[in-house]
Amino acid sequence: MARDAVLITGISGNLGRTLVKRLHREVRVIGLDRRPFPGRPKDVEVHQLDIRKKKVEDIFRRGDVEALIHMAIIHDPRLPQAEHHSFNVLGTKAVLSFAAKYGVKKVIVLSSTNIYGPSPDNDNFLTEDAPLLGSQRFADIRDLIEVDMFAQQFMWKHPEVDTVILRPAHIVGPNVKNAPSNYLRLPRPWTLAGFDPMVQLIHEDDLALSMQCALKPGARGIYNIVGPGELPLSSILRELDRAPIPVPHFLAKPLLTRMWTSHLTGFPPPELDHLQFLCTVDGSKAERELGYRAERTLRETIRSVLGPNA
Amino acid sequence: MPPASRATVESTALAKFDDRPRGLFGRVRASMEKWTVKLGGPDMEARLARLIAPQNEYGVDPFGLDLEFAKAAMAPALWLYKNYFRVETHGIEKVPDGRVLLISNHSGQLPLDGAMIGCAMICEAEPPRVARAMLEKWAPTLPFVAPFFARMGQVVGTPENCRRLLAAGETITVFPEGVRGLNKTYDKSYQLQEFGLGFMRLALETGTPIVPVAVVGAEEQSPALVDLKAAAKMFGLPALPLTPTLIPFPMPVKYHLHFGAPMRFSGNPDDEDAELERKVREVKQAIQAMVDAGRVSRKSIFF
Repeated sequence: MARDAVLITGISGNLGRTLVKRLHREVRVIGLDRRPFPGRPKDVEVHQLDIRKKKVEDIFRRGDVEALIHMAIIHDPRLPQAEHHSFNVLGTKAVLSFAAKYGVKKVIVLSSTNIYGPSPDNDNFLTEDAPLLGSQRFADIRDLIEVDMFAQQFMWKHPEVDTVILRPAHIVGPNVKNAPSNYLRLPRPWTLAGFDPMVQLIHEDDLALSMQCALKPGARGIYNIVGPGELPLSSILRELDRAPIPVPHFLAKPLLTRMWTSHLTGFPPPELDHLQFLCTVDGSKAERELGYRAERTLRETIRSVLGPNA
Repeated sequence: MPPASRATVESTALAKFDDRPRGLFGRVRASMEKWTVKLGGPDMEARLARLIAPQNEYGVDPFGLDLEFAKAAMAPALWLYKNYFRVETHGIEKVPDGRVLLISNHSGQLPLDGAMIGCAMICEAEPPRVARAMLEKWAPTLPFVAPFFARMGQVVGTPENCRRLLAAGETITVFPEGVRGLNKTYDKSYQLQEFGLGFMRLALETGTPIVPVAVVGAEEQSPALVDLKAAAKMFGLPALPLTPTLIPFPMPVKYHLHFGAPMRFSGNPDDEDAELERKVREVKQAIQAMVDAGRVSRKSIFF
């Protein structure tokens, strides 16, 4: 069997579906997800499986997987720590080791810039070699850091595999339901009084484009992936016609902690740091080496959270 | 000022970005901008128009500088510059075009010397430009101060930020004494405190010329009798100086800004501290000499 397929884990998620739309006409796509993929294109073969299951190895064993795009990474902050830790870390470990064992040539792992963590000490443009301090103030994301570190380790251990780690900025899009997109959909979002950090957003289509760029033969390494630019949080909220509620920063954290523990909000309290400090990155390496450049404009990117018809 | 030209400035600025704030804040900002133009004198409009920043469609540059905001918000500083401290510059034509490090002595309890150098670079330097001062790392933790500085183009002084700005050909103001200079007590006035070495490493690494700057006058604006170090530590402040007026309210002293000839250094940026200290000492001596000469040549503290 020819080695010509791209295996996408987490294919049924919003990002996965966006990526499939872009890829399936050009390459053969195989999907792996424990969730169903309603409305999948006819030419895409999807295995509905938990990535930690033994049967996953069968997909690799056939020997037709040329590239693995690993984005089955859970970010749901409401899940118990043990559950997402196990899924993210063990899942990554499993699929990456199968990739090495069965001669996959390219591995792309979806990480994020959140693992650098927002902090008052940050450079305005963090480069890929900045320390991953995200869990310093937000302990629950340490599995995401572990996934990134594990992928780095894999990259050095397996020089025969072209490993690419992508660290995109806050992903937004009509169907994306992560913390930044949900935040921007609030009619009256909180801001921290007297703080207005620069923020980078990336449209889901641009993220899919960056993955396409990363699939190019020979590309390997760690890349920050940014959208069309950075701008103050207040400008983003003004573009969306939001009426923000400025909350003093010393009250916001205890208040949100209360609301979080009594299930009145979906935002974990440490996310507040993103409203206070910088976590912006330098995306020039991806432009230089992968030839990736965001296609959506700032305005399109921001307004994408309003839905497909906005 | 002919009313016609004022209208053009307004309309072009408004046409460029539709992200300008509306309502009361927008009106205050518009009138502040007019105040800036009025204070700046006849060629101010032209000078402001020549300021460049790589703005996006929302009017900010990648570091968060919002020129339209800066033009409005600089009005109070410009008022201090023109009417209160009556700043006189000497030798500002020596500041070269392109990337440059302005290295200055630091004094006065409040960092108004930085603001005055910033005004001078907009009002009198050729070409006019936004000088970026390197902020202490606690600045981003201060509500209202943090976004204000960011929109004015001021950046936290990490080496990486500095490198990036110099690579982009920007002008950076550095006070190598930091708070040691700013918050020293009056008995040490006009004695340069210990200089940090970071600016020299960056200058060597990026081949950036250094212009020594001496600020004369700021030292007398609010003389500190004692620095309550223990209390400062308790409140998490860098210093807590006690002035005759208790709070460091600046008196209307006369400022003189002396700019020296550009100094160019070559060598390995990773040299030992001793080697860098030798080069830093040269800069420090140049500043000290200008400070001393400036004190002799001024007529009085207030005039």
